[in-house]
Amino acid sequence: MILTKQQVLNTNKAIVTEKVLTVEDLHVSFTTFGGEVQALRGVTFDLYKGETLAIVGESGCGKSVTANTIMGLIPQPPGKIKNGKVLFKEKNLVKMSKSRLRKVQGVDISMIFQDPMTALNPTLQIGEQLTEGLRTHQKLSKAAAYTKAIEMLNMVGIPNPKERMKQYPHQFSGGMRQRIVIAIALICEPELLIADEPTTALDVTIQAQILELFIEIQKKMGVSIILITHDLGVVAKIADRIAVMYAGKIIETGDKREIFYTPQHPYTKGLLNSVPRLDLLEEELQPIEGTPPDLFSPPKGCPFTDRCPFAMEVCGEVYPESTERSKTHVVDCWLQDERSKLFS
Amino acid sequence: MAKYIVKRFLMMIATIFIISTLTFFLMHSLPGSPFDEERTSNPTIQANLEKFYKLDQPIGVQYVYYLKSIVTFDFGPSIKKPNDTVNNLLARGFPISFELGIITMLVAVVSGIILGTFAALRHNGIIDYFAMAFAVVGISVPNFVLATLLIQQVAVNWELLPTATWSSPLHMILPTLALATGPTAIIARLTRASMLEVLTQDYIKMARAKGLSPVRIVVRHALRNALMPVVTIMGTMLAGILTGTFVIEQIFAIPGMGKYFVESINNRDYPVIMGSTVFYSAFLVFMLFLVDMVYGFLDPRIKLHKKEGEV
Repeated sequence: MILTKQQVLNTNKAIVTEKVLTVEDLHVSFTTFGGEVQALRGVTFDLYKGETLAIVGESGCGKSVTANTIMGLIPQPPGKIKNGKVLFKEKNLVKMSKSRLRKVQGVDISMIFQDPMTALNPTLQIGEQLTEGLRTHQKLSKAAAYTKAIEMLNMVGIPNPKERMKQYPHQFSGGMRQRIVIAIALICEPELLIADEPTTALDVTIQAQILELFIEIQKKMGVSIILITHDLGVVAKIADRIAVMYAGKIIETGDKREIFYTPQHPYTKGLLNSVPRLDLLEEELQPIEGTPPDLFSPPKGCPFTDRCPFAMEVCGEVYPESTERSKTHVVDCWLQDERSKLFS
Repeated sequence: MAKYIVKRFLMMIATIFIISTLTFFLMHSLPGSPFDEERTSNPTIQANLEKFYKLDQPIGVQYVYYLKSIVTFDFGPSIKKPNDTVNNLLARGFPISFELGIITMLVAVVSGIILGTFAALRHNGIIDYFAMAFAVVGISVPNFVLATLLIQQVAVNWELLPTATWSSPLHMILPTLALATGPTAIIARLTRASMLEVLTQDYIKMARAKGLSPVRIVVRHALRNALMPVVTIMGTMLAGILTGTFVIEQIFAIPGMGKYFVESINNRDYPVIMGSTVFYSAFLVFMLFLVDMVYGFLDPRIKLHKKEGEV
């Protein structure tokens, strides 16, 4: 069958808009001595095939909890998924039994951890750590798994993979280890890769190399990536869409250009203003004053109210509805309400 | 590797030399002599005896003889049991102590590690509380109390097992239990503590994210890392248990090495003291050496030797 140009475009479009993951109204809490910490308070987002979604926000806003919840790595107790769904291929991961979840973990969804110095087991050879997932899930023979592992090491740019397979993590540098962690995460060819601050623990030159690797991998394997980070430079480099998190909620989502050029939420604006820029040397950095709210007893209205320069009376009382500024750009802020214009 | 072993071997010899020298001078600085209790012997006999055991010589000369006996590993006859040489005593006592020690150690290591691991996996659960209660009791109840209780209940009241001696596998159960409880408790506590720490590590989280089975995560990923502190104490523990435990051997009338050792100190039986000290310290040092080898095997980061082309 020969497709017309229009048909090709349509199929491409269909691929682009195919949902891989849907997170709906996710609430996660942790019980501590001080009480219940409401880490996630209704997180909702979609992830499409082949795209990179960056989740950004300051420390403690719930980025990593989101990642761990999707991955099924929230220890329960003390954690508790109180409400919400994580739909992957129409299956709700939150309600899945542990043994069924294990068939998804590492196979369909993989994770890359922040610190490559601690993410690899110091007492096992790299080869074993690479192949054990394959051998568990795909029941490959030792030889087949070995070949596949060599292939992966080549792909992530480890020279002399055959010799390296027999070595231990301490015989690798930090950047090399992160490449190995990436190889391990990708070896079962997952559809979704969650990268939790994958470059934070690396020095700047290595960061750039690892980011290049991400872009290359996505081109080759078509994997969807959720990138958790607080580094807006990383976001600018590899993200397609951005979700901004604050105090356990996603307050603004949009594609990269929308967030960087027309940020709507005062918090997003503040975040962008607090990044040093080479092209604006004269200007002083503007930090966001204040601290995030206490998640033991989060405010009933918008959590950013206390730090927001545009706060109105309503902000502290009622959480704003989502406003769709475009198909991709959604923001939760009272300033979007027509009535707020009266004050400005 | 060979270089390392040679180096360790020389250090072992130096250690043994220091220990035996210290023991020699400490023992001789104690008042009293082997013949104190034998009041009836007349001075001539005593003088002859002292001459035979070279006790009439100056201490420096005795020390030289002593060093010679270490090198040749021939400590001569015992003073108190003149028909037995020290070597005979060791040859008779050590195998029995060794047997008791090996069985005890196996029981303690296996049950201690299992108990500690389960306690850590069910942290703050019923198994954890039970295991830690057992550990507290096991560490704090002295083994001679436990031994007498076991004899009273199991052997005398219930008549399930023999009370004493070392002649059949059945005879071995009670002394092993009495002796193993303490080490089991210590190993269980150590395993639990280090397991709890290891389970919070990133590589365990990563193993979970790979979708591996819980058994594989614990056995292959966690246990090996958690066993380091256990191995550390195992060396000294093993040497201590293998070379005879005086109290337990006494209670169960087991003719092991511990008995001779303690008797010889009370009697100032110099050859026996020296013989068993040298033997004991050689054994201990060898165990520590073994432990170091096991480290290298468990944790590749600990290098016993330098390989070529390493970063």
